[in-house]
Amino acid sequence: MENSIIDEKIINDLLPQKFGKAGKIWVALLTVVCLIGLFAYYRQIRYGLVVTAMRDYVSWGIYISNFVFFVAISLVGSLITAIFRLAGVKWGSPLTRIAEIIAVAAIIFASLIIIVDMGSPERFYNLFTHGRIQSPIIWDVIVITTYFFISLLLLYYPLLPDIKILLRYKEKSGNRMHKFYSYIGSFWKGTPEQFKLSEKAINILCVTIIPVAFTIHTVTSWLFATTYRPGWDSTNFGAYFIAGAFLVGSGAVVVAMYVFRKAYHLEKYITENHFEKMGRVVVLLSLLYLYFNMNEFLTPFFKMKKSEEGYLNGLFSGDFATVFWFAILIGMIIPIIILLFKSGRKPLPMFIVGVMVIVGAWFKRYLIVTPTLLHPFLPMHDAPASYHHYFPSWEEWAITMGSLAGALLIITILARVFPIIPIQETLTEEHEKAI
Amino acid sequence: MENNSRRDFLLTGLITAGLVSGCTPKTDPFEAGASDIAVPSGKKVKLLSVDGEEIEVDEAFLKPVPHMPPVSNTEARIGIPGKKFVMVIDLSRCKNLKKCQSACNHAHELNPGENWIKVDPMQDAEHTAPYWEPTTCMHCDEPPCVKVCPVDATFKRQDGIVLIDSDRCIGCRFCMAACPYSTRVFNWGEPEIAPAIAALPYSCETSVPQKKGTVGKCDFCADMTRMGELPHCVSACPNGVFAFGDLNEDSVSNGAETFRFSDLIKDKGGYRLMEDLGTKPSVYYLPPVSRNFPFESGLENDKVQNK
Repeated sequence: MENSIIDEKIINDLLPQKFGKAGKIWVALLTVVCLIGLFAYYRQIRYGLVVTAMRDYVSWGIYISNFVFFVAISLVGSLITAIFRLAGVKWGSPLTRIAEIIAVAAIIFASLIIIVDMGSPERFYNLFTHGRIQSPIIWDVIVITTYFFISLLLLYYPLLPDIKILLRYKEKSGNRMHKFYSYIGSFWKGTPEQFKLSEKAINILCVTIIPVAFTIHTVTSWLFATTYRPGWDSTNFGAYFIAGAFLVGSGAVVVAMYVFRKAYHLEKYITENHFEKMGRVVVLLSLLYLYFNMNEFLTPFFKMKKSEEGYLNGLFSGDFATVFWFAILIGMIIPIIILLFKSGRKPLPMFIVGVMVIVGAWFKRYLIVTPTLLHPFLPMHDAPASYHHYFPSWEEWAITMGSLAGALLIITILARVFPIIPIQETLTEEHEKAI
Repeated sequence: MENNSRRDFLLTGLITAGLVSGCTPKTDPFEAGASDIAVPSGKKVKLLSVDGEEIEVDEAFLKPVPHMPPVSNTEARIGIPGKKFVMVIDLSRCKNLKKCQSACNHAHELNPGENWIKVDPMQDAEHTAPYWEPTTCMHCDEPPCVKVCPVDATFKRQDGIVLIDSDRCIGCRFCMAACPYSTRVFNWGEPEIAPAIAALPYSCETSVPQKKGTVGKCDFCADMTRMGELPHCVSACPNGVFAFGDLNEDSVSNGAETFRFSDLIKDKGGYRLMEDLGTKPSVYYLPPVSRNFPFESGLENDKVQNK
């Protein structure tokens, strides 16, 4: 009897809630940013990539940085869900859905932004009709697609028991939502066999998503590392990218945790203890990423080979020094210092650290792409003056911001439609505790 | 193909009118098309035959030949059998005149600011004198650009020429990132092309017309080599900087002189750019020793383009 009262309370707390005023403003804002981005993309389609500031030397700009950023952030789905689950980490379960939602949103925009970067997007189908397996781009197409579907399933399967609960609360969700829920999940009866089957499926997905997640990020790093360019010609790149991806992904989860907790009053479910534990995870990942950065920059810096010289000087003390040191300090060192203290792992400081990690990571991705292209082997001489510099045009900024807003919009909508914390799992855990 | 219209006759006087089709002095040139030809106008035009003979033809019989049928995409992708094209660039002869560049830009209808041939001032060490170094596409035997292209839009032919199929290029610019010689250019906007050129059928051998959102680069003038002629940069250079030829014949020519390729490389200490990368370029350089011009003489041509 008492159990059902508690259940009722939990379900009531966790059911998706309608947007309040702040939520509506938020959605409107994101939509506007997306629309501006769409308009900029229309201009790019019409006039060509000439509307960007990219030119023959810097032929990849913030679109590719942004792509790498999205791929990085999407790695979180496998970290929180799969690795925690397989390692038997129980405290992570309220965070799994947040992580999976972020992963799905990020991977969608990673694939969109790569199409945006194409000079002739109308020939996208050539990738399938004339695809050559030698090209790392084809590897990327394959793993991104695979990762997208596994992530989607990993979001969907654990949702099924929750949809059954949602279907019981028709008056709360409204008619249209009810129809949608029954469309995607009414076959789920919650029988022991179904639970067993779903458990098995989720376990298989968790095991498969880890290598796929590692591959997607390693392949993205190989897009660069398979070239001869100074700054990209690195054997460290795969590991370096994965370490960075884990860090930015967990930073994103921390930020999302904080925001959802505030917006949906989930203090009882996402507790200070969760922040404390995530803080430990983030500090570990920051240290790991710092370690790979040392590998990436210290060894070539020590030797200072001629081809690397201009590139490294540009990073450490030249044109890119401000961004470089900003990314290192804000993205790694200051977060490490803050998180080493117990009071630094409280929700608000954690939120700030999460934002720092994400911002630092975005600029870090910028630094991976641009400085290398501005330091080719042969001098940039016999080319128009405008080819020697790169600062993104308004269209590039608008499209990039639009894609970031679009990812946030997907996260927001999914959080509106589905319970952000798995209800069924919370109930089960509550029951286990009672016993 | 070989004994087709173009080389059979040289048109004097009427440079733009095109070339007379299929006529040799032995056969009646106008028989085939006689039905659609108008009455003789009485005005004669002088032409020069391949034998060096001057002949006269009635103006009414002259008609512009439609452009040579472009080679099929498959043919263009295979290349010319038995050939292996190489280029030798003699750095001691270059004074940055940029005739090669303008001839190339003209022949390939490049937009202002785009150059397939670049001429860079180079200096090997602080104590050595600077020199001018023209760069073309290196047409590598292990081309990094071809490896990374996801759709086989850039490809290496069996005669060593690396080409781009602009009808297939998706504009991902991975080849540009992969090329250590920075030779590739991108059509960022809609290229400005004269309507007559824009109407030409695209062929990867001519690289014309350029297309928005695709990559372009030096093609060793594959259309010229198919006709057995030198690339435009080679014939445009008054100083004989470029020599072009067939490695299998072991000979290269700059138009005025012909050299034995292997001797040239051996005697003058020829080298390739960034050989340590393992790309195996088909473009060889002769070091700038005993120069024909001082470095300074090229400075006046070295204006930075502001576009």
